[in-house]
Amino acid sequence: MNATFERLRRRLRYWLHQSERQRLMQEEMQLHLEAMAVDLIAGGMPEQEARAAARRKFGNLMLKSEESRETWIARWMSDAAQDLRYTLRTLRRDTGFSILTILIIALGIGASSTVFSVLNTLLVRPLPFKDAQKLVWIANKTKEEGDLSGQTLQVSLFLDLRKHNKSFLDIAAYFAFYGVGDTVLTGNGESERLSNVPVSQNFFPLLGVQPQIGRYFSPEECKWNGPKAVMLSHGLWERRFGSDPNIAGKPITLDGQAVTVAGVLPASFDFGSVFAPGSHIDLFSPFPLSAETDRWGNTLALVGRLKPGISLQRAQAEASVLGVQITKAHPKKNGIDPKIVSLSQHVAGKLRLPLIILACAVGVVMLIVCANLSNLLLARTAARQQEMAVREAVGAGRYRLIRQLLTESLVVTGCGAILGAALAILATRGITHLTAFNVPLLSSVRVDTGALGFTLLVAVITGVLIGLAPALQVAIRPLTASLVQRGSSETRGQTSVRGVLVISEIAFACVLLVCAGLLIRSFLHVLDVNMGFQPETAASLRIDPDRRFSTQPQQNAYFDEALRRVRTMRGVEAAGLADGLPLGHNRSWGSPAKGQVYTPDNYPVSFVRVVSDGYIKAMGMSLREGRDFTERDTPKSKQVIIINEALARRLWPRQNPIGQIIQGDCGGDRQVVGVVGDVRHIALEQGSGSEMYIPIRQCQDWGTLDLVVRSRLPIAVLASSLDAQLRPIAPDLPKGGLRPLTDLVDRAVSPRRFIVMLLGGFAGFALVLASLGIYGVISYSVGRRTQEIGVRMALGASTGTVQRHIVTQTLALAAAGMAAGIVVALGLARWLSGMLFGVSYGDPLTFLGTAAVLLAVALFAGYLPARRASRIDPIVALRVT
Amino acid sequence: MGKQKQKADLLPGTLDMLVLKTLTRGHLHGYAIAQLIQQLSEDVLSIEEGSLYPALQRLELNGWIDGEWGVSANNRRARFYTLTPEGRKQLNVERERYRQFTGAIARVMGTV
Repeated sequence: MNATFERLRRRLRYWLHQSERQRLMQEEMQLHLEAMAVDLIAGGMPEQEARAAARRKFGNLMLKSEESRETWIARWMSDAAQDLRYTLRTLRRDTGFSILTILIIALGIGASSTVFSVLNTLLVRPLPFKDAQKLVWIANKTKEEGDLSGQTLQVSLFLDLRKHNKSFLDIAAYFAFYGVGDTVLTGNGESERLSNVPVSQNFFPLLGVQPQIGRYFSPEECKWNGPKAVMLSHGLWERRFGSDPNIAGKPITLDGQAVTVAGVLPASFDFGSVFAPGSHIDLFSPFPLSAETDRWGNTLALVGRLKPGISLQRAQAEASVLGVQITKAHPKKNGIDPKIVSLSQHVAGKLRLPLIILACAVGVVMLIVCANLSNLLLARTAARQQEMAVREAVGAGRYRLIRQLLTESLVVTGCGAILGAALAILATRGITHLTAFNVPLLSSVRVDTGALGFTLLVAVITGVLIGLAPALQVAIRPLTASLVQRGSSETRGQTSVRGVLVISEIAFACVLLVCAGLLIRSFLHVLDVNMGFQPETAASLRIDPDRRFSTQPQQNAYFDEALRRVRTMRGVEAAGLADGLPLGHNRSWGSPAKGQVYTPDNYPVSFVRVVSDGYIKAMGMSLREGRDFTERDTPKSKQVIIINEALARRLWPRQNPIGQIIQGDCGGDRQVVGVVGDVRHIALEQGSGSEMYIPIRQCQDWGTLDLVVRSRLPIAVLASSLDAQLRPIAPDLPKGGLRPLTDLVDRAVSPRRFIVMLLGGFAGFALVLASLGIYGVISYSVGRRTQEIGVRMALGASTGTVQRHIVTQTLALAAAGMAAGIVVALGLARWLSGMLFGVSYGDPLTFLGTAAVLLAVALFAGYLPARRASRIDPIVALRVT
Repeated sequence: MGKQKQKADLLPGTLDMLVLKTLTRGHLHGYAIAQLIQQLSEDVLSIEEGSLYPALQRLELNGWIDGEWGVSANNRRARFYTLTPEGRKQLNVERERYRQFTGAIARVMGTV
């Protein structure tokens, strides 16, 4: 062991003084030779003969000295070191070229590593739970995607499913209608709105999440009206409680009540990022599975853990059968038809297609990068033909030359990879902070060892790929020809290789541009959708009434006062209250027309909003018929309702809906007094369903309260004057809660924007690379043909002719690339259909636009060298030979 | 470089042992080592003298000999090698191995 270490130490010392030691060795051998010769001369041999004899007896000095050196440094190592030194020298000589190539590679590798990291987190890496592949999401089957009430389950049905199934180790639930910012924390600093998710007792044990401090909820705490307890998220614990290690068991004040802290969850658990992307959850409270909560209707979102050896299909088969039985056993309840998917699919399912498309896009970008650099390097090898020939003539093996070229490309990609990895780390950092994006798990995206390994792999493959073409060139060309021929030259074969490379670059760029174009057009269409309300110049603020206002008259007085105060503000055009805003959470109730009989399949269900007068105007919705609510729609007056056009058409086709009666859930029969335009409640891309609006003064079944204000005042001004107006009646009003309604829309389109941004970026990068490629090839060919052009001009060709000639050459390349690209894009765009909105995958405008952009870029890239060519002075050109 | 083999081919690995052995006589430079081996073997063993140098490097790397520049008898610069304690140990090891080896060969040759 020690001997090995000593050897290593001696070796290192040798490496440090390599050239010195090498020189001394030579000297020593030289001395030996001389001593031999001297002895022979002393023995009477003539001097010349003696020296020759000595050299014969000694053997090949160079070889022995090489051999001696190899004792210390392996041959391949010293060769590699030599190649590396040479490479660095070459790169330094050509700084501009080196920086350009390294930058191109860094961008390519940075982009692919970033996408790989996102992909890895969302699709490959298991969810951050114990044995996550055994976890499943159990939802009620529903016709309408995004209809939360339809997907959730009633408590008693959940309990039955949990009891009778044989497929699951356990099933846990959380209350799906938790409100973001529902809970107010007071004491210990400023009051703050927090988001609390009620969960079943077994929720955390099922996920395998251990409290970092404290304990799970006790059975007692999970009963109706049991002792109040909460678990804190790691973030809240750090932020509000200074990471107090003794917090467990202490009381905190929530909504004016003392609540015991049961425990603190670990930092690795982020409910929002998995179950509610883009939101932030601070607290968890126990959700009682009792007769009381059963009466609330469909409320629960379910997560199950499969027993070992039970497949998803088997669990689904059993659950379907159980669903029918349970529904029969509870004829008066909402029914259950479970649909089971793996939890990871539930979380990332909708993003699978876009992410795979992104991965393909980044792969294409990498291909373009390779084609581009291969091209650049080819041009350089052509210019270095003579150097190579000289090196071969003085004894460098062809294998060694090829290795030299590969070393060069690997060094360049290596530098690019390091820079690219740095870029990827920066980019992923940026991504984790995109909290406004409605994309799951974004906060846990990071460059891990897998991603770094991937980067390395990409770098090596890229290095070999881009070095291959020039290396092959060396391998197959008779280099001696270059020695004879003066000046740089390029074979016909090489020209065609470069042409093919550029054409494929253009084709790839074309494909990317088409895809990005289609997605951008879809994005614009989505933004252009008639949402049914005008988010501009409107803002919302949570103003839930103090818990002391518990009776309906008290609450109604609060509404009146709040609305009066806001409406008297200067600059406020309209104001109204609602229990929830579009594009957020939603719930739905039955909405049968009185006197009609419906089959269960046909039973009308509508999204419901509990709103005040003025809401419709403040939102910028359009009142089509009848009237808005007024402050005189109170519990004592006639029970009224406003419905949207879709519901009106559904219940009373071709009849006047005004005056008709709906049998509602909250307060019984209601008379339709108004019809409003449809609002996109679930997603911008999704058409509106049936919707109804119930006056807030007649129905207490609301969870949270949003004030919507329409005003042209700057948001900061509006916020402070609202605060001043409302603070007297709502002292707990948290600061900084005013949000422009456009935020809602931004959030709703954020996953789409995320993809469009990335893909658009890639397409832009591809376009730049392709134009660089065109420019490189054309300007190289102009440089090579300086003489020829000079002759032509001397013979009378005009500048126009020369320019036209070169531009035509460029366009031929571009046209070939575009033709190939458009054919491929037509085939591939089909895959995008699932993500398109308002455009078909064969959208002619996008294709034509892409073609126009590419043509313009090609023209520009070709025009620069063409202009240079036309300025060639024939005399100068002909003299240079 | 297959020309001019040694008069008697050295058994593989024996050059190192011979060098170590000659160095037991004190510190010597490369030429002296070659001369000494030739003389002691009464001109039977004649090494290709250039091969001495890779061998010397090998021994030095293993820490069995030390090299030091000095001045030779006829007043010339030369590198002198000395045996280290580890080198002495190594010589014993190699001698033992050589003994076993030649003994084995002798036995084989004797039985024929």
